[in-house]
Amino acid sequence: MPPVPGRRPPSLRVSAAGWSFVTPFLVVFTLMIITPLVYSMYLSLFRNQLMGGTTFAGFANYVTAFSDPKLWDGAGRVGLFLLVQVPIMLSLALIAALAIDSGRLHGKSFFRVALFLPYAVPGVVAVLMWGFMYDDRLGLTASLNDLVGFALVDPYTKKWILTAIGNIVTWEFVGYNMLILYSALKTVPNEIYEAAAIDGANQFRIVRSIKLPAVRGALVIATIFSILGSFQLFNEPNILKEIQPALISSYYTPNIYAYNLTFVGNQVSYAATVAIVMGLITAVLAYVVQLRGTRRDA
Amino acid sequence: MAGYSYLRPRKSITLTVLLGALIVYSILPLTWMLFSITKTQSELLSSFGLWFSGPFALFENLQQVVTHDDGIFVRWFANTMLYVVVGAGGATILATAAGYGLAKYRFRGRNAVFATILGAIAVPGTALAVPTFLLFSQVGLTNTIWAIILPSLVSPFGLYLMWVFSAEAVPTEILEAARVDGAGEWRTFFTISLRLLAPGIVTVALFAIVATWNNYFLPLIMLNDPNLYPLTLGLYQWLADASGIGAQPVFNLVITGSFLTIVPIVIAFLLLQRYWQSGLSAGGVKA
Repeated sequence: MPPVPGRRPPSLRVSAAGWSFVTPFLVVFTLMIITPLVYSMYLSLFRNQLMGGTTFAGFANYVTAFSDPKLWDGAGRVGLFLLVQVPIMLSLALIAALAIDSGRLHGKSFFRVALFLPYAVPGVVAVLMWGFMYDDRLGLTASLNDLVGFALVDPYTKKWILTAIGNIVTWEFVGYNMLILYSALKTVPNEIYEAAAIDGANQFRIVRSIKLPAVRGALVIATIFSILGSFQLFNEPNILKEIQPALISSYYTPNIYAYNLTFVGNQVSYAATVAIVMGLITAVLAYVVQLRGTRRDA
Repeated sequence: MAGYSYLRPRKSITLTVLLGALIVYSILPLTWMLFSITKTQSELLSSFGLWFSGPFALFENLQQVVTHDDGIFVRWFANTMLYVVVGAGGATILATAAGYGLAKYRFRGRNAVFATILGAIAVPGTALAVPTFLLFSQVGLTNTIWAIILPSLVSPFGLYLMWVFSAEAVPTEILEAARVDGAGEWRTFFTISLRLLAPGIVTVALFAIVATWNNYFLPLIMLNDPNLYPLTLGLYQWLADASGIGAQPVFNLVITGSFLTIVPIVIAFLLLQRYWQSGLSAGGVKA
């Protein structure tokens, strides 16, 4: 928490000024985030039927959701994605941040900018580029497989498609995460490194004892954002579906499932339930990461 | 070795090469794109991706992109600019004022406000999309520009960055001195604080611009009139047109259009890097 400004209780005038800065944001926040959230909880208590219209259903939708194989198929997939892709992406980001911060690179600012650049590329364009490059006929995959003489990688198969999506997401966000971690490393005062050098600490010792503890908080934040991103996975598979319709089902991820329930199946209440269930799982995971991450250092 | 210290270490070629591999990965698709925009449709399908091939068709491709379907691409570009200026611009203003207010003023209910907003960062944005669509359709806002602009106005993450940045960058003593001099709080904000907050504001603005420029899910749900599409949804439409059964393949349009879509945002990032890098460093203090 930041230092609380002022030592005396706030005057009425200052208090009113504080509210005047915050109120415009709060109004839009209430309309655009709180209202849909509450509405979605309300919706999840009803049932949409082709015959008989919409009726109150209590928690029936939640009961359905907990034994819905389509939902858990998608949830399992994004769970697997989270367990594999996020550690790879964050490790790469951490290695890059440490390397750039070490000052031992030629052209350090070029590295920082070039690695961050993909973050500015719209997800749609990222998927388009990789989607074409993956193509066995016109893409680089064909060139690579020709080079080694056999089908080393084949992104457009059931076996590879999730990896192919993971690669796109990694490409988009590794530089962004690197920047978050690098910013945290920059806050370590130089005197600490000088003291460590005088004490004869080598590079690895400095990384382990000074730098890694310094990025801990930033790593927790990056992990939480990655959990949110994984569980919301939608854009990449949904766009790839245009290129490879057979490989991406209508319930490939929970979000794609909710989208199709709403706009294809007209089951808005059940779609709201799916979104809430996934939102709860995400929030619990994020909370656990936060608790573990901010525990006193072992 | 004299002249080298921990703070100015010897450069390492090994490390540079190792990290260079990551950079190759990072710029590979962009390199592929730069070669691809110079190719005709048929060369695109038959040549090696990382070199030139056939006639240099860049200018034909560019011309085709801006004239295809009565110049709809130009329209999408203008729409995107509108969504970015009003949506991301509004989000930056709201987040700046609110972050500053939370950091620099003590008032009743402040902690509750802060906890609510932090909690909202963890709410998956897409979980809100379906109910927002239903609410908007009840008040007749779907398929209008407001369906894109209104949800873009809220940036809890921007507010968080601004809160951290304000706490560091604006000394409370200055505000107290201005108060003693009898300046109003908003006047102090405009004449003194705003200048100190500039790097933070640029950072928040850039992230809001990227979020709006790259927005795909929200327009996909809200819009069905191609005249209102932003670039992302338009490109997706072209891809769908190019991939469908019996479709007229327009891969050269999709790729050249993609290129034109990323150019402005990449330039913005490069030009403003001095600001966003210092803005993020300050954000990292509390992170």
